[in-house]
Amino acid sequence: MWNELFLLPFLTGLALAIVLPLLGAYLRLRDEWLAALSYAHIAAAGALLALVSSLPPAAGGIGTALAAGAGKRFFAARLSGGASYALLLLGSWSVAVLLAANHPLAERLGHALFDGQLYFADGATLALVAIGGAISLLALRALSRSLLLAHLYPDFFRIRGLRAWPIQLGFDVLAALCLALATMSLGVMGAFALVFIPPWLAFRRAASWRGGLWRALVIGLAAYLGAFGVALWLDQPFGPILALLLVGIGLIIA
Amino acid sequence: MSVLLHLEGLVAGWQQPATRPVELSLAAGEIVGLTGPNGVGKSTVLAAIAGRARVFSGRLTRPAGLRLALQTQDVPPVVGVPLSGRELLALTGASPIGLPPWLADRLDQRLDRLSGGQRHYLALWAVLDTPADLVLLDEPTNNLDRAGVAHLARHLRDLAAGGRGILVVSHDAGFVAAACDRVVTLEPCDVE
Repeated sequence: MWNELFLLPFLTGLALAIVLPLLGAYLRLRDEWLAALSYAHIAAAGALLALVSSLPPAAGGIGTALAAGAGKRFFAARLSGGASYALLLLGSWSVAVLLAANHPLAERLGHALFDGQLYFADGATLALVAIGGAISLLALRALSRSLLLAHLYPDFFRIRGLRAWPIQLGFDVLAALCLALATMSLGVMGAFALVFIPPWLAFRRAASWRGGLWRALVIGLAAYLGAFGVALWLDQPFGPILALLLVGIGLIIA
Repeated sequence: MSVLLHLEGLVAGWQQPATRPVELSLAAGEIVGLTGPNGVGKSTVLAAIAGRARVFSGRLTRPAGLRLALQTQDVPPVVGVPLSGRELLALTGASPIGLPPWLADRLDQRLDRLSGGQRHYLALWAVLDTPADLVLLDEPTNNLDRAGVAHLARHLRDLAAGGRGILVVSHDAGFVAAACDRVVTLEPCDVE
């Protein structure tokens, strides 16, 4: 397991298992957990679009998700209540399925993206995830207080003469980047499971915000380590095993 | 004492004017009550001062760089969020020193596991004690029992003595009489 063949995928997934539950806590705080599923689908569709256009799929996935994260705010007034995420999710799912149905190469990559083939992660993927993950953790730390204040006291920024939109835009872009990186390795549903379930469980039991973040992190890491071993042992795709394990943990703890 | 806020014939509203012209001046260290019947536009005036509602006519003057703090009637959405009282105060830069004992003992509990009154007072305290020159309060005694109202009145006095200006919208006549230096009463208008 610890030879290079499995070490690179293991470290790639480990980095994501640290970042995604923490990101999920802030998405849950903002009642935007659907965004995770939406960005994951957008990244998948973008990667397939890039592939059929003879461009690098990873660049396509990340670029499309970033564009959706940054562009979302322009439609926020007309698409409130999470409608923007639902529309983006449905649109990108449709594009991805149609591309996979009409292009043999896209079909293969589409399967990998939706199944979550972490074991295909190579050195370049690990480097991308490690750098993106480190930037995301630093950015989350910097944005944390502002995100909490914006949720609790929506007028806080206006009455202080401060602009709230850079924080919102920064978080949207950060979420899109993380989900795009995660989708390329863990798959659409594996990434969504790590964003959604650990914070959901942590929020129910934790006594404080800091405690909630720690709980989400521990649950996410435990599920990841378990899923990595089980998927390897049973020779199964990683994404569904991770999602099943998290669902199981969720049902037991909840 | 320096003037922190001056309203001259201010008519405020949202889509349309909702108040009669309001005259009001507030200096540092002063607590002014804003009262009147329901629907007269008290909260709208407060919202206009905070930049949330529209000023249709008149003048609103305040010194450049004035730091505002605003408490609205909306309860901070904390249900389902694992946030302790201590963390809430740290977020706004408020100090727990001076909290009543019935709250100080519960600072490490989740906000959504406190009673409605305890949660309200803690959320109010987080606004009151944040660094600010002018504090705007909208019905701060909602959900508070007599002990809480009395503690709040005393604390507002302490804050004013420290140089803060405080504008309080309230329908609680007893609280206004106990806490405020002056009272401005808004009259109903025909445009509502």
